[in-house]
This record gives sequence, C-alpha cells and structure tokens, in this order.
Amino acid sequence: MAEAQSTLVDARRAAEVRERRARWLLLAPALLTIGIFGLFPLTITLIYSFLSPGTYGGVTWEFSTDAYVQFLFERDIFDGTLEFSSTYLQIYGRSIGLAFVATVGALIIGFPTAYFIASKPPEQRNVWLFLITLPFWTNLLIRTYAVLLIIRDEGIINLGLINAGLIDRPISILYTDTAVFIGLIYSYLPFMVLPLYASLEKLDFRLVEAAYDLYATRFQVLRRIIVPAAKPGIVAGSILVFIPGLGAYITPTLLGGGKELMIGNLIALQFGSSRNWPFGSAAALILMAVVMVALLIYVRNASREGGNHG
Amino acid sequence: MTRRIVTLFAAGALGLAGAAPAWAEGELNIYNWGNYTNPELIEKFEKAYDVDVTLDGYDSNETMLAKVKEGGTGYDIVVPGDYMIKIMIEQGLLAEIKPNEMENFEHMDPKWVDVWWDPGRNYSVPWQWGTTSFTVDTEVFKGDDIHTLALLFEPPEELQGRINMLNDMNDVINAGLRYLGYERCNGNVEELKEVTELLLNAKQHWRTMDYSTIEKLTSGDVDISQNWNGAAMRARAQRPTLQYAYPKEGFTGWMDNVAVLADAPNMENAKLFVNFIMAPENAALISNFARYANGIAGSEEFMDPEMLTAPEIVMPADAPAPDFVRPCPQETVDMYNKIWTRLKQ
Repeated sequence: MAEAQSTLVDARRAAEVRERRARWLLLAPALLTIGIFGLFPLTITLIYSFLSPGTYGGVTWEFSTDAYVQFLFERDIFDGTLEFSSTYLQIYGRSIGLAFVATVGALIIGFPTAYFIASKPPEQRNVWLFLITLPFWTNLLIRTYAVLLIIRDEGIINLGLINAGLIDRPISILYTDTAVFIGLIYSYLPFMVLPLYASLEKLDFRLVEAAYDLYATRFQVLRRIIVPAAKPGIVAGSILVFIPGLGAYITPTLLGGGKELMIGNLIALQFGSSRNWPFGSAAALILMAVVMVALLIYVRNASREGGNHG
Repeated sequence: MTRRIVTLFAAGALGLAGAAPAWAEGELNIYNWGNYTNPELIEKFEKAYDVDVTLDGYDSNETMLAKVKEGGTGYDIVVPGDYMIKIMIEQGLLAEIKPNEMENFEHMDPKWVDVWWDPGRNYSVPWQWGTTSFTVDTEVFKGDDIHTLALLFEPPEELQGRINMLNDMNDVINAGLRYLGYERCNGNVEELKEVTELLLNAKQHWRTMDYSTIEKLTSGDVDISQNWNGAAMRARAQRPTLQYAYPKEGFTGWMDNVAVLADAPNMENAKLFVNFIMAPENAALISNFARYANGIAGSEEFMDPEMLTAPEIVMPADAPAPDFVRPCPQETVDMYNKIWTRLKQ
C-alpha cells in the first residue's frame, strides 16, 4: 500500500518535472526573443552611453559620463564654463507635448468610432474592423507621403477651399506642428480604436438601457457606464499611441519640415553628422526612462480610479 | 568585445541571407546617394559582365560612414564626397584598388587626378562633381541680382517663409560664414557667435530644412532652396522660372568619388565597375541622369546637348571659383554641432 503510494508520488513528481520542463520549453522562444532583440541591444546602448565618442562616429573605450552631463549642461562654446542648458529639455518637451496632444486627439476620434463599431450587430463588426485596419496594409512612409500630398499648399484641401471660394491663398499646414499632429493621429489611430473596441464590445448594452430607465441623462450614462467599461481600452490605447508617437521619426521628418528636432531626429542625428554615439545612446535611454515613469504613473492612477468605480 | 559579438551576430544573419541563390555570374552591391544612379548604367553593366547589381541609397556622408564603420554591410561600392574619402582612407575602410593602373584611367581629366583627398588616385575615381549654392524662382523674386546669399539670410518679403535650407550642418554654417565674409572651418569664437546670431535670425524666414530639394521646389512648397547644381537643373526642367545662383560671397564645390570598401565581398566585380565608369560613354550616362559634370575627358560627346550649355554647369566668367572645403578639426566640429543643435532646438 505504502509502496503503491510512493510510486504514485513519484509519478506525480515526474509529471511535475515534465510539466515544468515543457513550460520552460514553451517559454524559451519568447525569452530568447526578448534576450536577443531586447536586452542585448539595450545593454550595448547602456554601455555605449558611458563611453567617449570616437572621432568619426563609433566609440572609444574610455569611461565617461559626458553624455548625461551634456543632456542638462552645456560647456559654453564661447567661454568654456559649464552651465545649465535647456536645449535638449526643450526638444523632449516638444516631443512629449506633441505625442500627448496626438493621444488625446486619437482618443477623441477613436472613442466614438469604437463605440459605433461595438454597437453594430456582431456580423457587421468584422467589416468595420477590417476597414479600420485597412491603412495598415500600406507602408507608414507611403501613408505619411499621402498626408503630405493632401495638406500641402497645392494639395487637395487647399485647392478645394480655394476653388470653393472660401480662401484666396493656401493655408500653410504642411511643415508646422499641426502637420505633425495630423500625421501622428492618422498613423496611430487604429492603435487607439482596436483596444477601445475590445473593451466596448464586452459592454452589456442592457446596462445602458437600465440607466436610461432610471432617468440617467445621456451624459451620466456616458460618464458612469460607458467610460468605466472602456477604461482598460482607454489605458491600452493611450499607451499604444503615446509611446510610438514620442519616438516617431518619419512623421516629424516629412511633415515637420526638419526645422525643429524631435527626440527621434535628435537621436538619429547623433549617430550621423554629429558623430556622438554615446550621447545618442544616452538620449535613447533617457527617453526610455521618461516613458517608463510616465507609464507607471499612468497605470497606477488608472487602476486606482478603476478600483473606485468597482 | 561587444563589437566582435555584434559582428558575429551580423555575420550569422548575413550567412542565412547569403544562402539565397544568385541568378547571375556574380553580384555587386552598390551603396550610393539616393536618386543619383542612372538605371541604364546599371543595366548596361549587368549585361556586359553578367553581374547582378543591388543598389541601396543614403542621404549623407555621415550616414554612410556610420553604417560602413560597423563592418559586415555586404556593400562593395560606396560613393563618398571628397572629405569623406580622405576620412575613410585614414580609417582604413577603403581598398587600395589602384584605379591609376586600370585600362580606362587614360580618360581621366588630369585636373582631377592629383586631388587632396586622394593624391594620384590610388583609391577612388570621380563619380560626379558639382557646386552647392541655391536656386530661386525669378518670377517670385522681384529683385534683379540673384547672385547673393542675402536671399537666404536676409530675404526680401516675397521670399520670407518660402525658403528651404539643406538639412546639413556644414552647408548651412559654411554659407553663413561666407555671407559674413569669414573663413570656413573657423574656430574664431567671436565670428562663430555672429554666425549663430545670423542663422537664428534667418531661421524664422525658412520654411523647411530638407535634402529633397527637387521635390520641394517643383511642388511649390518653397520658391528658393539651397541646392546642388545638378538638382537645380533637374528642378528647372519642371519649373522653368528657376535659376541657379552663383553668389558673389562664394559657394561650395565638391566631388563624389567611387571607391571600394576594404571588406567588399565582390572585390573583382567592384574593380570591374570602377574601370567601367571611367569609359567616356558610361560616365556620360551618369551625368545625363543626375545632371552633374563627371571628370572624364571625352564624355561630352555622349552627353545630352543641353547639358553642355546649361547655366548650372557652365559657370559665368565673373563667378567666384568653387570652394572645396576640407574636413575641419574636431574642436571646430564640436562647435558647429552646438550651433546646429541650438539652431534646431
């Protein structure tokens, strides 16, 4: 009897070992991917950020914190003293501002869109979702050029307005912050709509009806039923728009006119004509740190508010 | 160490990619400036030597250098500008292919043989040479004298907000230095301070800072743009009122040169290509496409007739000589970098 029990225990243990091994095996591709394509390059970036720039790009193996000092302080080109400089902070501020505005814009456009799709009969929803993802079949560069063609001085919008007699001379949209804003919203809108839809789809519309039955106003229904239900989607969508928007490179380059640097362009510049790889690495890591802090704050706030509603 | 690991990984990845079947006898991978290579030239070379050519593009010498320096790119041919040739030779990135001993070297215009970036031509041959100045629409600009940098730095009202500058630190700062009458590669703090003021002031009138000058001008986004002479000619073909200026304050001259990378996987084909483009009829193909002069004697008879008289190529007698700018010392580059970042903050 005891023997039988112990074999049973052994068998169970063996099964556990096998399961654990299987779990690791299943995890392995993900871990390898993260390791090789995530952590490994990141480690190089981290190491490079603490080295000295090579004369013609690259790095020399001398420890230096110059890259980080340079971010906040500038050795005055004219008298050599180290003083606080807001140059790079301004570039980061501009990028964060634009990414934030684009996120809010995408939310304002995306929310009704997602709600509209979720309120359609299930068999029609796929068609609408299909239409939302359709632009993704085309390369981002080409879509950005399309935006450029539409908003330029001699583009469809300006020609239309002029032909309609509404304006005499074209409105300058292209090569302004507005153009970058339009481009960012256009590029990342589906990232907002899809998670929002995923949340709203689960919304039980009987709750909405019940709220109306209890004399809730339209605004109350929106604020107390629909928005709380969509909260996970809002959080996920905002993150998915904000982060790529912050590091965007093509959109500000093509639509912004190249007069002012965004974070992505600043980093690219360091690996090109500025020949300062350590600073480029440091700038990239600082961007990551900013994103991480913003995410933590955002997710914590969102979950706390979510808790209140629950 | 890290670099060795990176190289290993890259080599592994390339090894996988390299397993694909090659259709032709051999391959040749060219890394040249974008929109700069005549497809007819490539086709002709492919047919002549049964070689499969792959073409990839870059938008600045520095981009190319950054990529090439890490090694293992798989590129055979690069086309660096004059100063970049010098840098790459010093860095040991180019193969000493001795074009001066090749069959077609006899066609080289002697004035391009003993150049400061590659004396005697042991590493490179001319691709094209040209000038960097600016193009302005004479229908929009109301003044009579276009040959001054004032149009870029203190523009009249009709040009304000209609200007594109090259997104290039050296081209913009050099133009500023010339306008104020100061030396290039300038380490003089007071003078650089003045240039910084000048640029910051002028920036409010600039609409864009971008390399794609032809597209900016022909789409009507801007009416005046810093420009290379060949690009100016191509833009004029689509917008005939454009005119290329030879500013009295001076302008940059440059030459892009074909060179072979030290780690070129297809060294023999690369040498064939170098010899191939020194033949006058092939050099003419290069010029007919990108619209710059090429430095090969006798290529004129194969060129489009309009190129022989084009104002972008034939300089007026009273124009200053083009200024071939040498690489600046690191301290100057550092100062330029700061001015540039301040300008774009």
